Amino acid sequence: MKYLDVSALSLGERLKKREIGVREVTQAALSRIAKKDGEYRAYLSVFQEEALAQADAVQKQLDAGEAVSPLAGVPMALKDNICVKDLPTTCGSKMLERFCPPYDATVTNRLREAGAVMLGKLNMDEFAMGSTNETSYFGACKNPWDTGRVPGGSSGGAAAAVAAGEAYYTLGSDTGGSIRQPCSFCGVTGIKPTYGTVSRYGLVAYASSLDQIGPIARDAKDLAAVLDVIVGKDERDATSVTAGENRYLSSLTGEVKGLKVGIPSDYFGEGLEEEVKEKVLAAARKLEEMGATVEEFPMPMVEYAIPAYYIIASAEATSNLSRYDGIKYGFRAEKFDDLIDLYIQSRSQGFGMEVKRRIMLGNFVLSSGYYDAYYKKALQVKALIKGEFDRAFERFDLLLGPAAPTTALKLGESLSDPLKMYLGDIYTVSVNLAGLPGLVAPCGFDAQGLPVGMQLIGKPFGETVLLNAAHAYQLATDYHEKRPQEGGEGR
Amino acid sequence: MQITGELIDYVADLSRLQLTQEEKEKAETDLGSILTYIDKLNELDTTGVEPMSHAFPVKNVFREDEVAPSAQRDVLLQNAPVKQDGCFKVPKTVE
Repeated sequence: MKYLDVSALSLGERLKKREIGVREVTQAALSRIAKKDGEYRAYLSVFQEEALAQADAVQKQLDAGEAVSPLAGVPMALKDNICVKDLPTTCGSKMLERFCPPYDATVTNRLREAGAVMLGKLNMDEFAMGSTNETSYFGACKNPWDTGRVPGGSSGGAAAAVAAGEAYYTLGSDTGGSIRQPCSFCGVTGIKPTYGTVSRYGLVAYASSLDQIGPIARDAKDLAAVLDVIVGKDERDATSVTAGENRYLSSLTGEVKGLKVGIPSDYFGEGLEEEVKEKVLAAARKLEEMGATVEEFPMPMVEYAIPAYYIIASAEATSNLSRYDGIKYGFRAEKFDDLIDLYIQSRSQGFGMEVKRRIMLGNFVLSSGYYDAYYKKALQVKALIKGEFDRAFERFDLLLGPAAPTTALKLGESLSDPLKMYLGDIYTVSVNLAGLPGLVAPCGFDAQGLPVGMQLIGKPFGETVLLNAAHAYQLATDYHEKRPQEGGEGR
Repeated sequence: MQITGELIDYVADLSRLQLTQEEKEKAETDLGSILTYIDKLNELDTTGVEPMSHAFPVKNVFREDEVAPSAQRDVLLQNAPVKQDGCFKVPKTVE
């Protein structure tokens, strides 16, 4: 199927010109999922019938000239913590194995209005807690570049599906790097928008002050088109921000002349793999060749971001996950003594170990006697981190660094040691703490042929600057066009 | 920060979780190493720094108090693991 490996926008254009039908491309995508996803496990559920019905409905709109979105009819998929009415939303957890939300998330609704065809729901770490997709109750998703390796997490399925050509674009969520790190591992492009840019209504909550939905696609231009659809104030999310008309796609110029790029030298210190460092610095040089100015500067707070993040995120998770009680929805234990025991048994059997660990950590840092030493301290450190970014953005338009210290890890490598897994989030979590936008795009491959990603960090609501810089870079390079060979294992 | 078995029991109780012996031992080791790492924050002097809950200033959001249909009872109950007579069913809560 020659249309299967083009960008979302390019497919949308061909659908509009009637070079191909929506049902045909939807069927082709479903066939590819059926054929290949047994190996990757990017999908937790596939909406075969619903997708084909949507395809036919969008085709009618296209035929009548009513479908105006450039993404109308393009098959996509959602991370399994984003609600789709009456279809499974498991969050990768036994707790929500049978949960079918009675409503659509705001992003789901906006995508429907734009004529999206929804293929299914994507694998993820349980309740988005994890950096490898291995904490999923339903089994790990595999990296399409090497099925012996993890796709990253928590939006592992969302990145793997795009890399494997099993969806033209996907939506993930990012609380501490959960869109950006898997994009780096899977060689795809993704963005975590500024906090408040995309409504969180219908996103199952993990850490509400940090969670943000964002798109993953094959290139930055596609990301801009998806943001045009999903960004906007929503009265159902009080933290969503008023924005004007969305003009992400039409603002792209592909020009970076005069762009001031800052390289935080502390993002290139100990722990960063040499090959990752080389590729990211090569990308900086490329932008310089294209007319940007590039300058190194210190950002010493980076090493304090992980401890502050894990305190704040766990504290919020503790509160958010207290709703799972075995009564209103979710898993309920069969045997229990009384009401309190019903809570205890349902939660102990319904949650996996990583989720339990974060709930306990959160309860600990919030408990009396420890609150000031941990939680309050973390919120103060968050203020210091935000201040450091504010000062950097007085000088620079964007910051460029790695997204993760390594390329994709082998399956099982970090599962036994949670602290080691947490340390892999070093370059991503501070962006969430400061509420900033962060974009990851592929910028090369290591000696084993695994993708390396670079991260662009922007000012609040500076998505357009990031998208444009990535777009310009992608016009001048072809890393984003590389696709994994089928059946690659053992790199 | 020294993590003891009693502390794990206390935190598990606050979390409404019951851990197996094996989980307890793992939790002790893992939380121990995580909290030791977290102690790194003490290197930073935060005297006088205002704790920041939200990265951007947020204020309360008001809207008009308009009457609108609320969710249907059967819709709200559709995911309840056990229900009876249009209600969530729970064990006896008072003695």
